[in-house]
Amino acid sequence: MSEPALLEVRDLRVSFKTAAGELEAVCGVDLDLAAGEVLGVVGESGSGKSVALKAIMGLLPPRARVTGSIRFRGRELLGASEREMRRLRGGRIALIFQDPLTAFNPMLTIGEQIAEMLMLHDRSLSRAQLRARTVELLELVSIPEPSSRIDQYPHEFSGGMRQRAMIAMAVANRPELLIADEPTTALDVTVQAQILDVLRDLQRELDIGLALVTHDLGVVAGMAHRVSVMYSGRIVEHAAVDDLFAAPRHPYTRALLASIPRLEGARGRLASIDGSPPSLAGRPPGCAFAPRCPMSAAVCRSERPALRPVGGSRSACHFAEQLGARTEEAQALR
Amino acid sequence: MTHYLLRRLLAMPLLLLGVATMAFLLGNFVKGDPLASILNDRQMANPEAVAAAKARWGLERSIPERYVIYVGNLLEGDLGVSFRTKRPVMRDLLDRLPATLELVISAMLFGTLAGMAIGVLAAHFRNGPVDHGARIVALIGSSVPVFWSGLIALYVFSVQLSWLPGPGRLAPALKPPETVTGFYTVDALLAGEWGTFANALSHLVLPTVMLGWAVLGIISRMIRASMLDVMQQDFITTARAKGAGTLRLLLRHALRNAMVPALTIIGFSFAYLITGAILTETVFSWPGIGSYAVDAARSLDHPAIIGVTIVGALAFLLANLLTDIAYVFANPRIRLE
Ligand SMILES: Nc1ncnc2c1ncn2[C@@H]1O[C@H](COP(=O)(O)OP(=O)(O)OP(=O)(O)O)[C@@H](O)[C@H]1O
Ligand code: SF4
Ligand SMILES: [Mg+2]
Repeated sequence: MSEPALLEVRDLRVSFKTAAGELEAVCGVDLDLAAGEVLGVVGESGSGKSVALKAIMGLLPPRARVTGSIRFRGRELLGASEREMRRLRGGRIALIFQDPLTAFNPMLTIGEQIAEMLMLHDRSLSRAQLRARTVELLELVSIPEPSSRIDQYPHEFSGGMRQRAMIAMAVANRPELLIADEPTTALDVTVQAQILDVLRDLQRELDIGLALVTHDLGVVAGMAHRVSVMYSGRIVEHAAVDDLFAAPRHPYTRALLASIPRLEGARGRLASIDGSPPSLAGRPPGCAFAPRCPMSAAVCRSERPALRPVGGSRSACHFAEQLGARTEEAQALR
Repeated sequence: MTHYLLRRLLAMPLLLLGVATMAFLLGNFVKGDPLASILNDRQMANPEAVAAAKARWGLERSIPERYVIYVGNLLEGDLGVSFRTKRPVMRDLLDRLPATLELVISAMLFGTLAGMAIGVLAAHFRNGPVDHGARIVALIGSSVPVFWSGLIALYVFSVQLSWLPGPGRLAPALKPPETVTGFYTVDALLAGEWGTFANALSHLVLPTVMLGWAVLGIISRMIRASMLDVMQQDFITTARAKGAGTLRLLLRHALRNAMVPALTIIGFSFAYLITGAILTETVFSWPGIGSYAVDAARSLDHPAIIGVTIVGALAFLLANLLTDIAYVFANPRIRLE
């Protein structure tokens, strides 16, 4: 019990100053991640997943106001000096983006960019050492002929190879915490599975704590230990992955599970729930999901449900106890 | 890509011929009798002298005839003889080219480097005092004509403050260094004449800044805009997520990318420099092609005017070609096609 938790986020709030006033994109989010654990973060587009995770790394633009607490191994990161954050970024905390094409600098070779990652955290490495380490890293993610590909530019790589290189770069300095923001969304369906395998193998091998943002519940089922479901800037359900699929405790989660198409090999996208989430400026006073919720009642529109323990999970729904039947769709997916 | 550059290279002689033709036609249809620039008033009154002059300068022939002869000579690199200096125009131009090149190159370097630095700073501190200051500096550079700003600069820094020397390339008391490149600064360095070098350099400062200022204005605005664009992109966040510091982000990651669209502008601003050099050389009594052009125009010295036009066009075409090549090399996505 001596070692502090890898990541402990409490009441994280992020708001942006805009022409329309100050808009809250993340409204009080708690996240916990233990070493070597995989946390799935799911939710529709605009629910605040990327903003919350960027806040952890201190990567939001200056006009974003961030409050709450973000503890990494017991150290408070909110308000930490830029110097300290720079040491952590790319060192003990690393990031993988959705689209590896735009995430690599088009003017520098893949090798230069991976070597830069190494060099930024260990200035003593010689040119030759950097190159050797970079080749090793490309080998680690199974890029063929790494010693020649190292000198190629991002546009000369295929999408899958680029994302492998991105993963290699992210793990270059053996991070303890890895944030992967939809690492496969931009890729062909056929290579998605390969990339996830690479990511999972490395996560296990290096015992990395992984926060995995995804739209794909199949990915969550196959990789995550625990899942946080976000809706309109809040976490509406948090559960162990088996519990989530077996007994979803929130109507939104249920809708997500029900929306998974049961076609052979197709992966579930979350966009297929009727209606759309409220805009940041137009959140209803009670439960943000009320306008779309089949179970909504008067209380839902006046009182916001708090996230509270229900069974082994936590749910933010007034009627959480009445939910819990295992859906057929979820069964089919598992 | 090599194909494209090759085509551009092959098109150059044709373009030059076009320019020479235009210059020839304009030169022959403007009002004003070129004889007036060859002969003085008394000679003009003497029909014999006029006829002799016409024969000597080929003016008795028809315009098409003159054109054919002109182009034929042009192909041999002969630009004819100046009415005014009575020397081959080619000789005159070659003598004066180094002075102009020295000025234009240093103005180009100054404008580009200072413009890039100011553009990067303005983008980094956008909407702050630095950005507003940069905007004003750029605006002055691209809107105030050189003949005016040049005169003011001479008055302030040379006459009033005596920080910098007045017009010319070198103090009259000094002997120009032995010609190697024709650039006084470089030649003085090569000869190890430090005093001459310092003097030539100090003469170069004001015309360089005044001529380069407009380039600085254009380039700083362009770099600012494309920096702001690039700074929004994912790979900048990636670089930050790697732990890169501000300077590394700005220079290694952002500026490199922002340079690509700015390169085209650098090529364009070279065209500005060619015309701007004419005014600058006049204001600063700089003995280059620009002031030669002004003298030629004043005295209706047709061969010289056409010669200058061709040199200007050639410089413009070369600058554009170099820009294209730089553009290709700066951008791996195009270079590797
Ligand atoms: N820099 C910003 N300025 C203003 N608003 C922002 C900014 N970044 C994000 N937002 C807003 O915050 C909200 C949450 O965005 P976020 O990118 O976190 O969503 P997401 O859950 O990651 O969605 P997606 O699945 O599409 O990636 C959105 O409404 C977005 O418009
Ligand atoms: S609180 Fe009401 S509206 Fe919100 S999810 Fe639960 S039932 Fe639906
Ligand atoms: Mg996102």
